[in-house]
Amino acid sequence: MSSDGALALSVQGLGKRYRLGETVGGFRDRALSEEMLSRLRRGLRRNRSVAPADLWALRDVSFDVRVGERVGIIGRNGAGKSTLLKILSQVTTPSEGRVETWGRIGALLEVGTGFHPELTGRENIFLSGAILGMSRAEVARKLDDIVEFSGVEKFIDTPIKRYSSGMGVRLAFAVAAHIEPEILLVDEVLAVGDAEFQRKCLARIAEIGSHGRTVVFVSHNMPAIMRLCERVIVLEGGAVAWDGSPQDAVHRYLDAAIRSVAQCEWESPSRAPGDSRVRLKAVRVLDPVDMLTDRIEINEPFTIEVEYWQLSDAADVHPVVVLQISDQDGTLLFQTADQTNVEWFRTRRGVGVVTSRCRVPGNLLAEGQFLVSVTVSTSDPYVRHVVESDVVAVDVVEASDGVTVKGGAIGEWPGLVRPWLDWSVAFERAAPDNAQHP
Amino acid sequence: MPQDAPPAHTVMVPVRGWVSLRLGDVWRARELLLIFAWRDLSARYRQTVLGVIWAVLQPVTMTVVFTLFLGRLAKLPSDGAPYAVFALSGLIPWALLSNAVGAGSESLLSSGGVITKVHFPRLVLPLGAIAAWLSDLLIATAVLIPVMFVYGLAPTWTALLAPVFALGIVLVAAGASLLLAPLNVAYRDVRYLTVMLLQLWMFATPVVYPLSKVPADLRWLYGLNPMVGFEAGFRWAMLGAGGPTSRDLLSAIVVTLAGLLAGLAYFRRVEHRLADVI
Repeated sequence: MSSDGALALSVQGLGKRYRLGETVGGFRDRALSEEMLSRLRRGLRRNRSVAPADLWALRDVSFDVRVGERVGIIGRNGAGKSTLLKILSQVTTPSEGRVETWGRIGALLEVGTGFHPELTGRENIFLSGAILGMSRAEVARKLDDIVEFSGVEKFIDTPIKRYSSGMGVRLAFAVAAHIEPEILLVDEVLAVGDAEFQRKCLARIAEIGSHGRTVVFVSHNMPAIMRLCERVIVLEGGAVAWDGSPQDAVHRYLDAAIRSVAQCEWESPSRAPGDSRVRLKAVRVLDPVDMLTDRIEINEPFTIEVEYWQLSDAADVHPVVVLQISDQDGTLLFQTADQTNVEWFRTRRGVGVVTSRCRVPGNLLAEGQFLVSVTVSTSDPYVRHVVESDVVAVDVVEASDGVTVKGGAIGEWPGLVRPWLDWSVAFERAAPDNAQHP
Repeated sequence: MPQDAPPAHTVMVPVRGWVSLRLGDVWRARELLLIFAWRDLSARYRQTVLGVIWAVLQPVTMTVVFTLFLGRLAKLPSDGAPYAVFALSGLIPWALLSNAVGAGSESLLSSGGVITKVHFPRLVLPLGAIAAWLSDLLIATAVLIPVMFVYGLAPTWTALLAPVFALGIVLVAAGASLLLAPLNVAYRDVRYLTVMLLQLWMFATPVVYPLSKVPADLRWLYGLNPMVGFEAGFRWAMLGAGGPTSRDLLSAIVVTLAGLLAGLAYFRRVEHRLADVI
């Protein structure tokens, strides 16, 4: 079991069911009184045929991964990517089917798991390392490398509650990047940190992959997937829709997934994405007169509207809406956040519905399709309440008339953005008599 | 496990019904257990202004209150020892149980972020939370000894047996926490229920009154509370007075082991669902 063709992972007929209404053995988050009431009502109705609503996050998923393969997994939100990773990393159990793995598994799921704000950076390295499955001796041996990789040497003996969120994330990734598993599972860690640090993370993952280790990489970052993976699996609605070369898979994903969607809405907090404090209510693209639209003239402004429920009035819940606009290839064009509105940022939050609107000026984006990802997070202490990638999409079109950057030019007008910039042009006409001189 | 063995083979299949206790997992994760205990401990002392002093302040304050009301006003007997020392030597081990069950039953809920992200034996969370309170017992006991000297008492060789009774209390706390912690995830009522039960439990245990005050015809029923044997045992070890009968001790051991086994079995049965419901 160690030759080139050996299996690292084998997934057969895998299914994972979540029960929405009822859960097994009354095991769910709500007060006992509610539970008793609902049992009583059910008893009175004497209607046993109504099955609780089941949600199959994964159904009949089968694939094998060989030792040393670098496999990417892509798919829309709710396609089952995170559930698959959770099963592979043994965080949760399958409802049906079978998963077999050969080798020690290490997961780079959301980083910073287990960090305690009162402990210093150094202490948190030992804590986080132990949670991720490293022995004390192993952490001690790699301590210098981890500290150097994180770039927070100066603050390593400071409690991490005094860290900026960026420093916390870097330290967390540094620990996770030094587990040396035979099978590495990576989930969306690259959505954090600055460009420089993201490059460092990708390089580290590539390095781990190049040492003959198996890597399973879940991401929305298409360029990173194309660069790192030799094979890509596309999940759609909890099933494998494509399994093959990265180029084909990415095209398949983009074709299937990216229809322009002007609006994404959730009816109740219990079904909406988010945590116990914040749930996403709606994301919309609106034209200049506030009508839903999936098509915008290139020189017209438009508005991205995010509505969310805040469910907690605790002082440390201070949500900020962050928008990321990327193009069809998954390249991030810019990120913006509603903390730009300083007055709102200073406002004490409470339970209720918040509507954040961001006006994107005309003459900024180029022609083409753009995807909007929404994150709602609290920065101190850093908590990501909601992350919804590519949740709405908008087509930016060049009208046949009107004043635009491209104007009447014919053919391609390259560039990811197409800002209307001020030009000043000086022209000194050659004097007629000077021109006479040789 | 040897290092150069063939790669670890894991099979994940649906889990149904009662599963094995797999105590080997906990032994392999003992380092993580200690690190969780150390995290709880150092975070607790650092977050507070008085830090370690709290370990002493809590039982001492309660001792003052009970000495005034029960010792002075109600003139409760105290097995020959001065009431203040009697109460303190009972409140110290009781604080261990009460704090350990409190922390143990909250341990899963407060670690939701880790549970939904990383795989490790979940048992180390409640066990680590409980272990973190042993330091308070140690500190408080170190304060009890000078207090005994002030009242003209000195610990004898029996004090060496105190850790055995403390271990019994830890096992009682573990059994209770393993039942309460997953229930706490499912029903938030459990948090309030735990506080209430602990208060009632204290009065069903010889903490502030002597074992000799319990009516003889109810002793067999009273002895079913496993804390009776360990609590009275701890006090006897420190003060040399008012020890439990061998029947008290036997029933404490039997009930504790039964509770621990039930807690373990229940915890193992539901732990795989934790990540889905937290």
